[in-house]
Amino acid sequence: MPIRETFWNIPHWAELVQYVLMVLTMLVFTYGVFRRIRRWRQGRPERRTDRLGARLGSVVVHAVGQVRTAREAYAGIMHLAIFWGMIALLMGTALATVDWDVTRLFFGFQFLTGGVYVVYELVLDVLGLLVLIGLTMAIVRRYMLRPARLGNAPRPILAWDDAYVLVMLMLIALSGYLVEGLRIAVVQPEWARWSPVGRMVAGWFIALGDPTNRNLHIALWSSHAVIAFTFIASIPFTKLFHLIAAPANIFFRSLQPGGTLTVTPADREPGVKVWRDFTWKEILDFEACVRCGRCQDVCPAYSSGLPLSPRDVMIKLDAHIWARGNGHALAGDVITPDELWACTTCRACSQACPVFVDHLASIVDLRRSLLAQQKADARLMDTLGTVRRYGNSFGKSDRQRALWTQGLEPRIKDIRKEPAHTLWFVGDYASYSPTLLEITRATARVFRHAGMDFGLLYEAERNVGNDVRRVGEEGLYELLAMKNKAALDKCDYAEIVTTDPHTYNALKNEYGLTRPVYHYTEVLERLLASGQLSLIDRSTHVVTYHDPCYLGRYNGVYDAPRRVLEAIGCRVVEMPRHRECGLCCGAGGGRIWMQETPGAKERPAESRVREAAAVPDVGILVVSCPKDLVMFQDALKTTGLEGKIVVKDLIELVDEAIQGGTPQ
Amino acid sequence: MSQDIWVVVETLRGAVMDITYTSLAAGRILADGLGIRLVAVLLGHNAEPLAGTLGTADSVIYVDHASLADFTPEAYRRTISGLAKELAPRAILFGHTSMGMDIACGVSLDLNAPLISSCERVKLEDGRPWYSSPTCGGKIIAEGPIPDPVCVLTIVPGGYKPEAVRLPGPKEVVRMAPSAALEGLRITLKKYIEPQAADVDIAKEPMLVAVGRGIQQADNIALAEALAQALGGVVCGSRPVVDQGWLPVPRLVGKSGVSVKPKCYVALGVSGAPEHVEGISGAELIIAINTDPRAPIFNVAHFGTLLSMFDLLPALTEKIRQAPRP
Amino acid sequence: MHIVVPIKLAPDLVEDLEIDAGGAALDRTFLRLIINEFDDHAIEQAFLLKERGGGQVTIVAPDLEGADDVLYTAAAKGADRLIKLIGDFSAGVNCHALARTLAKVIGDLHPDLVLTGVQAHDDLDGAVGPLLAEHLGMPYLGYVAGLTVSDGKCMARKEYPGGLVAEMDVALPAVFGIQAAEKPPRYVVTSLITQAMKSATIEEIETGEFDSGGAAAVERMSRLEATTHAEMIEGSTDQVADKLVAVLRERGLLAPRG
Repeated sequence: MPIRETFWNIPHWAELVQYVLMVLTMLVFTYGVFRRIRRWRQGRPERRTDRLGARLGSVVVHAVGQVRTAREAYAGIMHLAIFWGMIALLMGTALATVDWDVTRLFFGFQFLTGGVYVVYELVLDVLGLLVLIGLTMAIVRRYMLRPARLGNAPRPILAWDDAYVLVMLMLIALSGYLVEGLRIAVVQPEWARWSPVGRMVAGWFIALGDPTNRNLHIALWSSHAVIAFTFIASIPFTKLFHLIAAPANIFFRSLQPGGTLTVTPADREPGVKVWRDFTWKEILDFEACVRCGRCQDVCPAYSSGLPLSPRDVMIKLDAHIWARGNGHALAGDVITPDELWACTTCRACSQACPVFVDHLASIVDLRRSLLAQQKADARLMDTLGTVRRYGNSFGKSDRQRALWTQGLEPRIKDIRKEPAHTLWFVGDYASYSPTLLEITRATARVFRHAGMDFGLLYEAERNVGNDVRRVGEEGLYELLAMKNKAALDKCDYAEIVTTDPHTYNALKNEYGLTRPVYHYTEVLERLLASGQLSLIDRSTHVVTYHDPCYLGRYNGVYDAPRRVLEAIGCRVVEMPRHRECGLCCGAGGGRIWMQETPGAKERPAESRVREAAAVPDVGILVVSCPKDLVMFQDALKTTGLEGKIVVKDLIELVDEAIQGGTPQ
Repeated sequence: MSQDIWVVVETLRGAVMDITYTSLAAGRILADGLGIRLVAVLLGHNAEPLAGTLGTADSVIYVDHASLADFTPEAYRRTISGLAKELAPRAILFGHTSMGMDIACGVSLDLNAPLISSCERVKLEDGRPWYSSPTCGGKIIAEGPIPDPVCVLTIVPGGYKPEAVRLPGPKEVVRMAPSAALEGLRITLKKYIEPQAADVDIAKEPMLVAVGRGIQQADNIALAEALAQALGGVVCGSRPVVDQGWLPVPRLVGKSGVSVKPKCYVALGVSGAPEHVEGISGAELIIAINTDPRAPIFNVAHFGTLLSMFDLLPALTEKIRQAPRP
Repeated sequence: MHIVVPIKLAPDLVEDLEIDAGGAALDRTFLRLIINEFDDHAIEQAFLLKERGGGQVTIVAPDLEGADDVLYTAAAKGADRLIKLIGDFSAGVNCHALARTLAKVIGDLHPDLVLTGVQAHDDLDGAVGPLLAEHLGMPYLGYVAGLTVSDGKCMARKEYPGGLVAEMDVALPAVFGIQAAEKPPRYVVTSLITQAMKSATIEEIETGEFDSGGAAAVERMSRLEATTHAEMIEGSTDQVADKLVAVLRERGLLAPRG
C-alpha cells in the first residue's frame, strides 16, 4: 500500500536538528514581526477596527482571492501561480509533518496512505510545477521584459531583495523536486507514477545507484530544509513581509467612501513633519507595498513626465522610516515638493493597488506640512489666499456669484428666503468661469423644463473646499465647510444637487449632511426614467464619455451619465481607459491652481483628448465636470485637435434634446 | 518775486526724466490760467546743459552743488524747501515717482503747504485752479481746488504727453546757491546697479504685446510670443508677471519699469492699474483683451474685447499671419 | 532690532465702489477693506529681516473691519507684538491724520526700522511713510525693494524707472517705503492663524482725535465708468479677430513678411 515515510533516509539526529532549526526560525520570524509591529505603533492613532465582518470579507476577496492582482493577465497568472503553488507546497509539508510527527508518533496512525497519499503526491507534484512556471514568468518579466515600473531607482539595493525572493523560491522548488527524485530513484516505489515530475527527476539519477543517491539525498534534503527555514525566517526582513502586511493592510483599509482624508488634530502642527506624525496605518501602507508598480502605470502625473511615482513615494517613505529620519526633512528632502505637488489626487493609484495602499493619505499629509512651510507653488498660495478672502478661487466678489442668473426669468429662487425641494450648490467654476456661463444657464433651463423646484444660496455659497483640502489646507477647508454648513442649516430643502463632482464629493462624503446629495447626472437619470423630463428631439450623436475622478473612482457614479446619454439618443463608445480606469484630466487636487511644471511630456488633458479623438466615429467628448470642460477645451487647442472632436458638457446635449434642434 | 508755478526737474544720471515734461505741461496750464510764470527747478552738479530741453518753462532755477550730483532725499528736499521759503512759489509740482514721492511730503510739511498726490490733470474752473487725481486703482476720480497760497502736487503720467513740451532752451537760467546746509546727511548713495542687460529695448519697439496677471501661468506666455512674432514685435508685461519671474525685469512696463511709446500695444489680461497705465500713455493704439468688463485698461484702450485671450489669440495670430500685406 | 510695520486698510477693488451722497467721498456703507498690498510686502520684508538677523516685529493696524485678521495672520507668520489703534476710523482717515496718530504710538516703541508700504491705492495726500518719518524725525527712503541691515546702518535698494537700482546707505532708525519685498508675501495656513487667534494678544491703544490737516480738500468724486474710452468689439472669436486685423491693416501696422 502506498504510504508516506516522511523521514526516509534521514538519520534521527538530522530530524532533531530540523526541529531545533524550526524553533530558531520561529524565534527570528517572531522577532522580525514584532519589530515591524513596534514600528507601526510609533505612528499616530487611527481607528480601523469597526465593521469586522466587512473587513474579514475584504481579506477573503482581496488577500486570499487576490481579485485585484488578477486584473492583469500576465502578472495575475504569475502571482497566483506562485502564491497558490507555494501555499499548496507549504500545506503539503505541514500535512506530512503532522502525519509523521503528530498522528504517527502520538496516536499511532497515518492518514497519508493508500489513495489519499497518491492524490497528495500528484497534487503537490503538479502544483510545484505551477510554482516553477510562475517563477519563470517572474524572472522573464523582471530580467528580460524589464517593465519600467519594476525599476528600483529610489533604492537600487532593493534589486537584491527582489532577486533574493526569486532565487529562494526557485531553490526551494527545485531542491524539493531533487529530494523527491532521489528518494524515488533509490526506493523505486510502485506508486511513483503518481509523482510524474519526481519520477522524471529520478530517471536522471538511477544510473548513479546506491549509495551515491542516498548521500545526495541527505545533502539535498538538508539544503532544502535550511533554505526553507531561511526563507521563512527572512519573511519579516524582506519584501516577503507582504505575506503578512498585505492581508493586514487589506483588513485595516479605510471603509469610508473613497479618499476620505484623516483630520489633523487642531492642536498639532499641520500634516506630517517627522515620520512619527504618520498614522500607524500609513506606516503599514509603506510596508504592505510590494513595489509592483501598478500605481505608477496608471498615474497621470507619472505618465505626463512629472517627477511623481506613487510607488517610489512608498519606497522612499519606507526606507526613511527604517532609517528613523536620519536628519532629513520628510516633506522636502525625502519626498521632494515637486513630487508631492504633481499629484492630481485622481485615486487611480489606490484603485489599482492590489494591497489597498492609500497613497493619497500620505501625500496629502505631506502636502499639509509643505504648505505650512510655504514650500508650494506661488500661484497655488496666491489662489488659497484668494479663496480665504473671497470664498472663491476666481478672486471675484461673492456679490457676483449669481451674476450668471441675470436675465433668467423668472428669477431663480433664493433658497435662503423661500423653501425649495432642491438646493442647487453651483460651485465656483460653474458660477464664475466665463467659459461656463452658458452651460450653467443651460443647466437652469433643463432643471426648469423638468419642473424641478430648486433654489440657490446666492452669495452665501462658498467654495466647497474639496480641492483646498487636498492641497493640504485643512484649516481653510474647515473654515469654508463651516460657512457653507451654516448657510445650508438655515435653508429649507430636501436634497442638494450640484454639477461639480468635486463639490459633490465634499458635500456628500465630508460635510456630514443629513439630506441626500446628488450629482446632476443622477438627477437627470431619475427624471428621464420617471418621464418627468420630456424630450422633443432625440439626438443621434456618437459620443464618448469621460469619467470625472471625483464622480467615478471616488463615488462610483459610472452608470447614471451613460444612461442619460443613451436616453437622449446618443450612442456611447468607450475610450480604452474608462470607468475605474478613466484617465484624470489633470485638474484635480488643486493642480488647476498651480503652474504647469516645465518639462512635462504631455499633459494628462492632452493625452485624454487624443485618446477621445482616436475612438472611431466619435465626434463629441462628453464631460460632466466643469473643470473637465475647461481643461479639455484648452487641450484641444494645444493638440490641434479642434475640428476633429468637440468637448461638451452632458447638460448641453440634454438641453439640445429638450429644445429640439441640435445647434452645433 | 511774484508767485510762480514750480516744476522740480527729475534727472537720473544725466538725463531729464519724462515725468518732468508731463509736469511742465500741467504747470504750463496752471501758469497760463493764472497769468503767472512757470519755473523749472533743476538741481545737480555740472548739470546746467540739462536746462536746454526745458523750454516750456519761462525760467529755470539751477542749483549746483556736489551733494546734488545724484538724487538723495535729504539734500534735494532741504534745497527745494530752502528755495521755496525764500521765493514763495504758488505751487510746487513733483513727479509722483521714486524721487518725487521721497521728498514731496517733507517739502509740504516744511512749507506748511497742503499736499495733493497722484494728480493726473489740472484745469482752471471759474478762475480757480483745479486738480483731478485718479484713485482706487483708477476706478475713482477725485477733484478739488488747488488751495492758496501755496500747494505741493505730485503728478502722475498719463494726463499729458511729454513729447509736446520737450522744447529747446528756456528764456533764462537763474543760478542759485543752495540756501540750506547739505551736511550731516543720513542717506547717502553708494552706487547704481544696472538693470539686467536688456535683449531688446521695449521703449523703442513699435509693436508690443503686453501680458498681465490674466495670463495665469508662465506657459501661456508662448501664446503672447506667437502673437508678437506675427506682429513683428516683442512681449512685455506688467508687474505681477515680472514679479513671478515669467518675464525679465527689462520687459516691465509701467512706473517702476519702462515707459513705452509703441505704434501698437496689445494688452492681454492686463487690468490697467495706474502704475502700468502710466507707462503706456505714449502708445498710439491700445488694444485690450480682458474678460473683466470693469478693468480700467478699457479706459485707456482704443479697442477692447471681453473674449478670453485663450480663445482669441490662436485665431488672431493665425489671421494676422495670413493677412494680405500692403 | 525692533522693526515696526504700520499697516493701512484700503478699499478692496474687487468690489464695486460707490460715491456717498455728499459726492466727495467713497460710500463706506458696503465698502470692504483689504490690507494695502504694499503693506503686505512691508510685513514680508520685516520677517525676511528678522529671519536673517533676528529681532522683534511689531505690527500696528487701525481698528477697522479686517484689522484683526491682518494682525492674527501676521502673528501666525511670527510677529512678536500686535497693536490695534482704537479710534473712529470708520469715516476714513487720510495719510496726514494716520501718520500723526501712528507717530505718537510708534515713537514710544523706539523702533530701529519702520517699514511701510510705499503707497496705497487710495492715497490722495501723499503717503503714510514719508509723513510718518517727518513726525518721528527719521529719514525716509521710498520705492525700496530690498534691505540689508548691519551695524546700525541699513543698505537699501531703491528702484528707479527702467530697472535701475540705487544702493543707498541709511542711518538707523529710519522709515522705508517698501515697493516690493525680496520675496512675494508668504501664505500662512489657516490652522496657524486659528492657533494665533487663541494664543496671541492684540494690544489696544486709544488714538484720541485725528488731525487731518495738511491735505487738500476733495470737492468731487466720480466713478470712472468702464469702457468710457475703448470701442468694444463683440461677436465670435473669428469676428473679433477679423475686426482686429482690419484695425491693424487700416493703420498700416501689419509688418511686411520676411
